[in-house]
Order: sequence, then C-alpha cells, then structure tokens
Amino acid sequence: MTLKIKDDKPFLRDTSKMLWDGEPAHAEVKDMSPHISFAQITSDVVNSLENPRPIYWWAIAVCVFMIAVGVACEVYQYRTGLGVSNKSNTNVWGVYIASFVFWVGVSHAGTLLSALLHLTHSDWRKSVFRYAEAMTTFALMTAGLFVLVHLGRMWQVYYVMPYPNERGVWSNFQSPLVWDMFVIGTYLTCSSIFLYTGMIPDLAVFRDNIHDGWRKKLYTFLAMGWQGTDRHWRNFRVAYLTLSVYLIILAVSGHSVVSSDFAMSQQPGFHITSFPPYFVVGALYSGNAALITVFIVLRFMFRYEQYLNMDVLRKLVRLTFALAMIWTYLHLIEMATVWYGHDTAARDQLYFKATGAYAGWWWLFNFLAIVCPWVMAFRRWQTNLPVQMVLSLLLNVGMWLERWMIVAPTLGHSHYPWTFDFDQWPSFVQWGILFASFGWFALLILIFCKVFPAVSMYELKELNYARKVEAHHALVGEPATKGAH
Amino acid sequence: MSIANLLQNWSRYRDTHPYGGAKPHMGYKWAMAIDMDICTGCNACSVACYAENNLAVVGKEKFLNGKSMHWLRIERYWHDTPEPTDPLQLTAYTASGAGKHFPDQGAHFLPIMCQHCEAAPCETVCPVGATNHTQDGINSQIYNRCVGSRYCLVNCPYKVRYFNWYNYQDPATENVWPEPLNQQLNPDVTVRSKGVMEKCTFCVQRLRAVMVDARTEERLVREGEVQTACQQACMAGAISFGNMLNPDSRVGKQWIEQGVNIALDVQSKNEHVGDNTPKRGYRILENLRPYPSVMYLEQVRESSV
Repeated sequence: MTLKIKDDKPFLRDTSKMLWDGEPAHAEVKDMSPHISFAQITSDVVNSLENPRPIYWWAIAVCVFMIAVGVACEVYQYRTGLGVSNKSNTNVWGVYIASFVFWVGVSHAGTLLSALLHLTHSDWRKSVFRYAEAMTTFALMTAGLFVLVHLGRMWQVYYVMPYPNERGVWSNFQSPLVWDMFVIGTYLTCSSIFLYTGMIPDLAVFRDNIHDGWRKKLYTFLAMGWQGTDRHWRNFRVAYLTLSVYLIILAVSGHSVVSSDFAMSQQPGFHITSFPPYFVVGALYSGNAALITVFIVLRFMFRYEQYLNMDVLRKLVRLTFALAMIWTYLHLIEMATVWYGHDTAARDQLYFKATGAYAGWWWLFNFLAIVCPWVMAFRRWQTNLPVQMVLSLLLNVGMWLERWMIVAPTLGHSHYPWTFDFDQWPSFVQWGILFASFGWFALLILIFCKVFPAVSMYELKELNYARKVEAHHALVGEPATKGAH
Repeated sequence: MSIANLLQNWSRYRDTHPYGGAKPHMGYKWAMAIDMDICTGCNACSVACYAENNLAVVGKEKFLNGKSMHWLRIERYWHDTPEPTDPLQLTAYTASGAGKHFPDQGAHFLPIMCQHCEAAPCETVCPVGATNHTQDGINSQIYNRCVGSRYCLVNCPYKVRYFNWYNYQDPATENVWPEPLNQQLNPDVTVRSKGVMEKCTFCVQRLRAVMVDARTEERLVREGEVQTACQQACMAGAISFGNMLNPDSRVGKQWIEQGVNIALDVQSKNEHVGDNTPKRGYRILENLRPYPSVMYLEQVRESSV
C-alpha cells in the first residue's frame, strides 16, 4: 500500500521537521492518513480531553490574568464614567467599536469553514471546522461584551430590544444599531445551535467511552439519547444541512449590517457604498488568519498532529491568501472611489489618514494586511509552523488596525475644521479591555477543547474511510470512484 | 397593547423628510436667525446657556481634552487672505508676522448650537429613539431613554452634541457644583447623569411654560413672549428666535427677507433678487441636507462691499 504523495520533490516540502521533534511521517499524506483506525481516532480525541500538554494550564493561567486586567479596567470605568477611557466629544467611538467589528469579523471564518465548505463538499475542512465553529460562537460572545463596555449606560441596554412595555415605546428600527442587535443576536443563537447540533454524534461517542464522573453525566445529557441508528443519521444530515444553509445567509448579512453602522452614517470616511462586501471579505480574511493561529496552538497543545496536519494547514493558508487578495482589491477600490468621488470632505479624510496624525498606523496596517499575506503565496512557507504562527498573528494585528483606522482618524477629521480632534490616544482602560478580550476568547476556546471534541470524530472517520478506499484502489490498480460523500 | 402599537403606528416611520416646517396642525415651528454682522463674539450667549441649562463646567484640563459641555460654542475663524504677489507688499506681509491670518480684519465668529435639523441625521440612528422631532420643530433629547451609544454624535455633521463622560454631580468623583454652587442650578432643568447625551434644546423649559399658558388662553404664543437664554443675553441683539409660522415674528420675517426656505438645500445667498439687495442668509452644511432650523446672516466686510 502506498501513501499518496502529492508532489515528486519531497525535499522541498520537508519543512515539517523545523518545529517540535517527532513530527510524524504522515505529514505528507493528503488531509487524512488511511492507516489510522476508527478506534484510534476515538481514543485520540477522548484522550486529548484528559491529558493536554502542561502548557495548557499555563495558557489558562495567562488567560485568567488577562481577563483580570480587563475586569479591573471595566470596574474603574463603570464606577467613574466613560471619560476615563479618554475619548472626547469628537472621538466618541474608539477601541471598543473597532474591537467589536474585529471580533464579529473573527467569527465569520468559522461559518465559512463549517457551513460554506460543507455545502461545497470540501473534505479537508473536516478536521478543522469544529473548533472553527466554536470560534464563531466565542468571537460573537466577545463582540457582545464590547457593545456593553462601549455603552454609556450599559445597565439599560435592553432598551434596544423591542420588548412589550406599558409606555408603548419601541426601539428605533431605522437605526443600524438595532439591526446590529438583531443580526448579532440571531447569528449567535444560530451558530450555537449549529455547533451543538454538529456535536451530537461525537458527544454520544464520549458518553459511551467515558464511564464515570461529571463528564459522563454531561455527555449523557447533551447526547440526547443519540443511538446512531439509520433514522437518527438521516434526520441529523437534514438538520445539519438546513442549518448550514441558513448560517451562510446570516454570516453575509451579519457583517454587512455591522458595516452599515458606518456606511449608513454621513460621516466622511464612513459613508462609503462598498463597505458591506469590504467588511464581509475582511471578516473572512482576519477570521481565517485567526483559524491558523488556533490551528497551530491546538495541534501542539492537544497533540492533534495526525488530524490537524500539514496538508490541511496548507489549504487553510491558501484560502487565507485568496481572501487576502480579494480584500486587498476591495480596499484599494474603496480608496479609489473616494479619490475619484466628488465628496471633498471624504477625500480630505483619505489624505488625512495617509499623511496626518495616524499616518504611521495607517501605513503599518497597509503593510501588514496587504504586503505580509504574500508570504503565504510561497509554497515553502505554507507549512512552516513558526512562520505561519507569526504571520497569522501579524495579519490579525493588521486587520485590527484596519478597523481602528476606520474608526479613529475618521471621527477625528469630520466635515469642518472646528470639529477636528487628532490627539485622542486611548487610555490604558481601552487597551486593558482590548487585552482582556483576547484572554476571554482564548479561555473560552481552551475550555471548549478540554470539554468538547475540538475535532469532529465522525467526520474524520468518514474522511478516513474515503482515504482507505482510495488507498485500496491505488493498491489494486483501479481508479477510486468514491469520495468522502 | 404593544402589539397593537406595532401594527398600527407604522405610519410614523414612513414620514418623508423634510417636513418643510412643522406639522401644520401645531401652529408652531421654532426657528432661529443669527446675524453675524452684529455678533461681536463676546461669549455672553454661551455663559447664559451654562447658567440656564445646568451645564457642567468641566475645567481646563477636560476642556482641552475635548470633554466640554458648552451647548453653544463660539467658533472663531481668522480671515484668510492670499499672499500678495507684489514683492514689496509681500515683504511687509511677511514682516508683520501675520502669515495667513489677517488681524486687521479681526476674526469671524460663528456661534454654533444644535441646529434642530428638520431631517436630523442624529434622530434616525439612535437605537432607542432617545432623540426625536417634536411637533413644534424641535430636535428633542430624552435623557431617561438614552443608553449612551453616541451614534447620534457620530452622525451629527456639526458635532454639537455633548456626552456626559463623568457623573458631574457625584461628590466622590467629579463635583462640578460643590456647596453652595448647587443652589444656583435651574430647578426647571434636569441635571444630567453620566452616560447620556445632551445638547441645545432651544430652552425647551421656557417654551413649554409659555405654550401651556397660551393653550389655557386658547391662543398661540405671541412674538416676544419667550426668549432663549442666549437670545436674552445677547446685548447686540444678534440672535432672534421665535415661531416661524407667526407672521409677526422677527425670525420669520428674517427668513423670508433672506429668501431662505427651510425645505430647500440651495438658498439664494448673494443673489440679487427683487430689490437688488444681496441676500446674506445661509445655513451651515446645507449640502448634506439636514435642513437646519438655524439661519445665519453672513458678515459683510469692508473688503467685500
């Protein structure tokens, strides 16, 4: 039996040994090795819950520390007033709104992988989509926190909802913020349901393989009596497909609505027609970069080297590069429309971004988000873990800066000079809460991976079966006719 | 009741802007006109506004940090002259140190408060409907309803909304009115708490008082019956305020005289219409079409006469 090696120059691809010894030989296989048995997949995933590498606990400690910093900042801000975040009556939004957009953006990659690539039968997604879908849910939860932190009177946030009340007062349905509330709420609900629904067969496997303790009770409850019968699987397939179709619509409309927070206003620099596609693609781009980061972390931390392997990483990196190029095009075309447009205020705004007080940050973001992804175009770097780790973090720094460059310089440079205000540097409170948001997100992901299957066992088994069939046909010299689906 | 409200009251979301003045059945459209030819930039209006509306005096540090609460601010612009082409004049021009400023002609002043736009950009974006248009043409702000998303300020082209970044009446942190200064607070006006947006109300507490009186006497408010605080404090009489629909009102006459139509976005400024008098009336950032209720009368300079 031969393994399917994809190119005939293995020495060029031998980058897998550059990090962490004991890189298994099946780094060379196509997305899934046919040599792994079903039982091994089950035991690998079940065991990963119990014994991650020790660095897992250090990571948890760091996350808790980061959250503590943010909670301290928020308590201070809550008690004293939003003024301590150092905004002004011109720069009324700041890091909070930029981070809100950033986190909503991160959530989109999960939906792309789990729903869109599910529809297109891209089999390589099977090992990564579960944690990607979890990232969707957790990134939305993080984004929701930024809405609360941003509000002047967060204790009255429920005014935004059109709940029945004796005053007959409703929220203002003209406002993009109300659309935001609806779309983020719907997206969060649906992605949670989607995440849970997709996990039910795996939870049943856990239920059957773990024999005592709180885990047994939890999985028994969550598996909802899944027996794996033919009828169960048929219903499951239909439900999962329906949800994935629905979620794609939500993902596209989600960030379009977030972009209309800006595009619907008449602030020069916000009032740009091409914002919705620009935001959606930017969201997929930064979300995919975040996927790569989490990919490398989980691969090491939970010993998932066989499943989160180099071929999958390569495909993720290529996808990210493609999205980066689409985003670059939309970014340039957005600037071009402003440049050629007749709106002098918006054009001055663009000049200000490139030459004014925020010019350094603006050029840095352009470098990080446009130039850096070109590293991903080179085959030799595509599976180099240290390079991809640093690169994916840099891309997300660039994409965060992009959101901040949409918010901060735009508000500082409005219609006429009296309203200009360039030197509002966010205070430690804003930075502290941003810092904490990464800890909060990482903590949720780490806890999720310790409690739930971070890679999908049943889909891996499907993929594994398909690869076994292929390997068999390669051995007996017949063309394989059957894919994973 | 709320379901019925949802089903029945959709018409109020379908109003087309601009109204072109107030809802006609009210009989009121409060408007303002400010004559820049008379304004001396003395800031008395701003001070009066502070006193009348319980505005917080935030102090130098916060003021420079952009957290001031002046509902009415005097913007100051220096006359911008091109550099003389004549070398002799250029030498004198440079030697005077004037640069682009032209101190001989002094500064231009522009008192800016909420323009009470008929198609107000702030109103459409507020998620909770805390800022609304009243039927007498005022852009109102409901402090109790405000959640502090600050979207209204983002969308306001004039940036005349002011956010309560701190609790200015809290003795523990920011006490703007320590004893006995709290005795000077106007009892007719709310002292705003932290986290809400506030802005010029056209002294709505005064308007409501006279409107109630007028209604009991079954008439409309007469011209001169009510003044805003800034109007009252302006010693030169540059500010006129009143019910534009009242044919006797000074402000209504000024708007007609200057050919400024509240429902149009292009005015006849500098056009010689009828009696061959150049029109001076304009509204700020009219091209964005917020249809403001405040008209400014352009300052006439010696050089431009």
